[in-house]
Amino acid sequence: MLSRPDEYGKYGIYGGKYAPEVLMSALEELEEAFNSFYSDKSFKEKLDKFLRTYAGRPTPLYFAKNLSEMCGARIYLKREDLVHGGAHKLNNTLGQCLLAKRMGKKRIIAETGAGQHGVATAMAAAVLGLECEIYMGTEDIERQKLNVFRMDLLGAKVNPVDSGSKTLKDAINESMRDWVTNVENTYYLIGSVVGPHPYPLIVREFQRVIGKETKEQILEAEGRLPDTIVACVGGGSNAMGIFYEFLEDEEVELIGVEAAGKGLETGEHGASLCAGTEGVLHGMYSKLLQDEHGQIKQSYSLAAGLDYPGVGPELAYLAESGRVKMHSTTDEETLRAFEMLSRKEGIIPALESAHAVHYALEEAKIKVKERKESLIVVNLSGRGDKDIFVVEEVLGDKE
Amino acid sequence: MTLEEKFKELKKKNEKALIGFITAGYPTAEETTKIADALIRGGVDILELGLPFSDPIADGITIQRASESSLRAGMNTDLYFDVVAGIKGVEKVCLTYYNLVLQRGLERFVNDCESAGISGLIVPDLPVEESKPLLKLCEGYETDLIFLIAPTTTEKRMAKILDAASGFIYVVSLLGVTGAREKLSDTIHPLIGRIKERELSRDRDVPLAVGFGISKQEHVKTVCEVADGAIVGSAFIRLIEEGLRSEEKNMLREVEAFAKSLKDETKIA
Repeated sequence: MLSRPDEYGKYGIYGGKYAPEVLMSALEELEEAFNSFYSDKSFKEKLDKFLRTYAGRPTPLYFAKNLSEMCGARIYLKREDLVHGGAHKLNNTLGQCLLAKRMGKKRIIAETGAGQHGVATAMAAAVLGLECEIYMGTEDIERQKLNVFRMDLLGAKVNPVDSGSKTLKDAINESMRDWVTNVENTYYLIGSVVGPHPYPLIVREFQRVIGKETKEQILEAEGRLPDTIVACVGGGSNAMGIFYEFLEDEEVELIGVEAAGKGLETGEHGASLCAGTEGVLHGMYSKLLQDEHGQIKQSYSLAAGLDYPGVGPELAYLAESGRVKMHSTTDEETLRAFEMLSRKEGIIPALESAHAVHYALEEAKIKVKERKESLIVVNLSGRGDKDIFVVEEVLGDKE
Repeated sequence: MTLEEKFKELKKKNEKALIGFITAGYPTAEETTKIADALIRGGVDILELGLPFSDPIADGITIQRASESSLRAGMNTDLYFDVVAGIKGVEKVCLTYYNLVLQRGLERFVNDCESAGISGLIVPDLPVEESKPLLKLCEGYETDLIFLIAPTTTEKRMAKILDAASGFIYVVSLLGVTGAREKLSDTIHPLIGRIKERELSRDRDVPLAVGFGISKQEHVKTVCEVADGAIVGSAFIRLIEEGLRSEEKNMLREVEAFAKSLKDETKIA
C-alpha cells in the first residue's frame, strides 16, 4: 500500500496525468525535481528548519478533556490550527516553494477556495522571496474577504476568476491556463492532493508530517495507537497527511468526513466520495460530482474549503479498498460542533474541521452505548477566525 | 473520405487545408447548422465541432464563453451527435474533453462519431500516455484519434505521439490556451522543423496542421508555407459573438466571407 502511486501516477485505477500536451514536459520535470530534491538531505534539513522555526511545528496533540468527559470517549485534537497562517496548508506551501526555488522558478501561482491555501502560498512565497499570484473565484472573494486582504498584505496579487461557478474549481481551471501560458518560468503550487501526477504525491509527502507527529505523540500520551482517526475531506490533503502513517496499522480505523451541505439527498453538497462517480477533472481520474453526460456539477458547502466537486485520487483508491471509511456531515451538524468546540474547549475550529469534530462526537456516543472504550484523534486542520462572519450570518438568520 | 485522403486531395490541387472550429450549440443547435453551412460555403475543408465541457482548461476566454453559453442553451452529448450528423459537405472532426468521452463509454462515443460522419477526434486533455484504450477503439472505426504536439513536447514524447498519430497532427503554435492573437508565434517554424525531422526518421508522413492564436489572413498564409493546414477557431467564434450583438450585421454572411478570405491564403500561387 505504501509504494503507491505506480510509475504512471496511478493509485489503482485512479490518478494519472490527464493534462494538455503543453504541460506534459513540465509535469515530468516536476516529478524528476521532486524525486531528486526530496531525497536530498540538505533539502530536508532546510524544510524541517522552516517547519520548526517559521511554521511552528511540531503542533501539539491536545487531549480535549471537557469534550471527552462530556461524551465518554478519549478525544485528542491534532492542532494544525496552530500552524502559522491558521491551517495545515503551510506544510505543503513551504515544501513546494522550496522545491520551486531549487528548480529555478521565480514565479508562483496558486488557486484558492476559502483563501487558506492562498494565504499559505503568499506567506511561503514572501519568506522565500518569490513572486506570487493567486487565482480565486469571485464568489469566494466575496465570502472570504479577510483572506483576500491578508494575501494582499503578504504581497501576493489576487486575480479574480469570473468564469463557471466562480469558485475553487474555476480557480484551478484558470491557474492551469496561466501555467500553460507561463510554464517556462512559473511554478504551479497546487494546494491539495488533487491534479495530475505528481501533485497528489507531492502534496501528500509534504503533509505526512501531520501523521508522523501524531503517531509519536499518541504513543507517548496513551502508550497505544488510537482506535479512530477522523479528518475532513475536500480535496483531501489534511486527511492524507494524517492517515498516511497509519495505513498499515490495520487496527486504526481511518474516517474521512465530506461535506453533506444541505443534505446528500438535496444534491447540494461536496461529497464526491460518498455520492460521486468516476471521471476525469483537473488532470486526474477520480470520483466527481457530475451529470450523466459528464458535465461537472456545482458543489456546495458552508465550508468553502470543502466546496469542490472532486477529490484526491489516492483517497478515492483508499475509500474503494475500504481502508478509509467515508462519512458526511451537513452544514447544520457542523455548526453544532463548531459551537460545541468553541464553548467546551475554547477553540474556534475552521468550518471544514468542524465536520470531523461532529463525526468524532457521534462516534463517541455510539461507543459509549456499546460500552466500548474509545480513543479518537481528530485532525483539527484549521482555525475558524476566517469563518466567524459566515457563521454569524447563518446563526443570525435563525434567531 | 479519411482525413489523410482529404489532405492528399488538397495537395493535388496545390492547396493547404483550412480547418475551422466552432462550438456546437453556440448560440443554439439550429444556428450551428447554419454557421457550419456558411463556413463550408466559405471554403473550409475540415470543420472541427466542439462538444462543450463545463471545465475547458485548454481554452481561452472566447471558447470558454461559447461553451458556457452552449451548455446553458441545452447542448449535451446526445444532441451534439444529432446536430453534427445533419452537417454535410465537409470533413468533420469532434473536439471535446476526455470526461465526456468516458461518461458516454469509449466504444459508444467512437461508434456515435462514426455514425455522425465524424472522421477525427481531438481530446486535448488526453495525452498519448493515457490514450491507449481510446486509440485501440478508434483503430477499429473510421475515426482517427488526433494528437497534439506543443513547443514543449520533448523528443522522446514526440516519437511516441508520431507512432500513435493518424489523420493529422494538431501542432500547438504557442505556450498558452486557444484564442485569437495579434501576432503569430515565432516558435512555429522551429517546431515544424523538429516534427518533420522526427517524421522522416520514423518514416511517418502524418499531415501537420497548426492551431492556437491564428486569426488573420497573413497568419494563415505564413502557416501554410510550412505546414499542411491552418486551424482557426476563436476568430470565428468572435465573429459570431459580434454578429449576435449587432443588428445591422449579417453574421452568416460575415462568417462566410471571412472563411473565404482565409481559404484564399491556403492556395499555393
